[in-house]
Amino acid sequence: MAEASPRPGATPVIELRNVSKTFGEVRSLSDINFAVYPGEIVGLLGDNGAGKSTLVKTVMGFHKPDPGGDVFFKGQKIDDWSVARARGLGIETVYQERALCEKQPIWRNMFMGREPRTKWGLLDVKKMREESARLMSEHMGFTSAAVHPDNVVTTMSGGEKQGVAITRALYFDAQLVILDEPTMGLSLTETKKTLDFVSNIKKAGKSAIFIDHNIFHVYPVVDRLYVLDRGKVAGVYDKSQISMEELIDRLYRVARTGTLE
Amino acid sequence: MSEKPKNNRVAPPSFLRRYGSQLGIIGVGLVMWLGFVIAAPTVFMNTFIYVAFAQTTPQFGIIALALTFVVITGEIDLSFPSIMALGTAIFCLAVTHGVPWPIALLLGLATGAACGWINGFLVSWLNIPSLVITIGTSFLFRGIELVIMNGTGVPLTAEMYPGLHALLRESYFGIPVQTIWMIVLLGATWLLLNRTRFGAHVFLVGDNPTSARLMGINAVSVKTRAFMLTGVVGVFAGLMTSIYGYYFWPTTGDGFLLNTIASVFLGGTSVFGGTGSVIGSFVASYIIGAINAGIVSAGINAFYTQLCFGLVIVISVVLQTIIDRKIRRQSITGR
Repeated sequence: MAEASPRPGATPVIELRNVSKTFGEVRSLSDINFAVYPGEIVGLLGDNGAGKSTLVKTVMGFHKPDPGGDVFFKGQKIDDWSVARARGLGIETVYQERALCEKQPIWRNMFMGREPRTKWGLLDVKKMREESARLMSEHMGFTSAAVHPDNVVTTMSGGEKQGVAITRALYFDAQLVILDEPTMGLSLTETKKTLDFVSNIKKAGKSAIFIDHNIFHVYPVVDRLYVLDRGKVAGVYDKSQISMEELIDRLYRVARTGTLE
Repeated sequence: MSEKPKNNRVAPPSFLRRYGSQLGIIGVGLVMWLGFVIAAPTVFMNTFIYVAFAQTTPQFGIIALALTFVVITGEIDLSFPSIMALGTAIFCLAVTHGVPWPIALLLGLATGAACGWINGFLVSWLNIPSLVITIGTSFLFRGIELVIMNGTGVPLTAEMYPGLHALLRESYFGIPVQTIWMIVLLGATWLLLNRTRFGAHVFLVGDNPTSARLMGINAVSVKTRAFMLTGVVGVFAGLMTSIYGYYFWPTTGDGFLLNTIASVFLGGTSVFGGTGSVIGSFVASYIIGAINAGIVSAGINAFYTQLCFGLVIVISVVLQTIIDRKIRRQSITGR
């Protein structure tokens, strides 16, 4: 068992084959095979240090896989994988650490790394301000007066910051959205908003990778689940194959013994 | 905006909050100028003094504009005085070997870019603290310059280089060309910092390099380009300074380090990176230039210059910090 459920004919949006990642003497990922198909939400579970964040950063091109591991985007092997390339192809991430620049106003954060330009090649600051104001009110439900695009991020609450990070990921019409512990430190209503957001990704026909410690958050929204343990894929499940109770059971077991069975 | 929200935290930032430190520095400048006018009205009601400091201030002021970029990325460049000298030395070597001056000028500026690239590469690619490595490269560049010039200077008179003097020393419409350059470069650096992707990335990399990299910004390239900008502008300033004195001294750049860095910090650019403004650096340069010219012209003993520098810089940086924290509603000590 523990093979990705085959989807005949479908090409994964993103696929990692035999990917390992070593930092100095620490092997964070070893021989990972991982795929996300169009229109599916994949949950990534695992204890602290299992390699979830490293896997995400490898998918995003922030980390380069060790030699021998390959990244495929829609079936095409890509050698010069980088964050700019990944974002250019429509992969966006809401990072655990949020990846915001807190002394900067919202509009600079919203368009970080993908700044729009006018036809003269200059920064389109007006558009950045206006779009930020619109996005904040339309997508995150802030009233337009509540979050001004010129406010610096430092002054915002945790949920508002998360709102900026999520809205940013959404804005660029991503094929695949990765959410790395998006509910961490959020209030109950903010968490619900975030989970609704994940469901909306699926409704829009896009894919997502959802990482969270809380199985009660992950299980209801995902189609498929990867369980990582000590840098290895310990198991892959279709949601139909496993109940939440079974899953919790197996996660305890894997944490103690390193095997799922 | 139709109605103000009750909760003050979510209001748009006030004008004061957004431009507080820039207004502050302009205020300091005005107060100081009034002080000079009151202390020595005969000198400061005369245009001569203004011409004098409009000629000398841009010699370090234009470097302050470029250095602002490096400081916003969270780094510092202590080697620009040596780059000034090395680039100008390359220019002098080229013209004395019969190269036409415009080409020699390009060679000099290219030297500045190369020096800046070396600084940027060492700082950003090898992750060496800029405070440390640019002390090293400062000696290195100065050493190369002294060796290739054998410690000798080169005359640069108006008869020999009329074109260069027209470019860097004359006055137009009564305004010294140095200050015209300063204004042109203020416009150019303002656009570069506030209206290009490079400028946007300068702020982001200085604010949080990890976040910037996670969002696909090439921090190495951004920092390297900021150092290259300082190198190129540094050499231009080196030439401006040498043409002003009709002579290239191998010691060119000595005495520029603290004036320039003080201008950047006095202008409200944060030493922690992520915030700063070229307008602030521009105004602060003229404040520092005015102290210099003002004290000498007012007939005050030149020994007072440093005292006055010290007072203005310390008092205005302290005030800036306090005002900034007041606006942000933090305690005065920031703890």
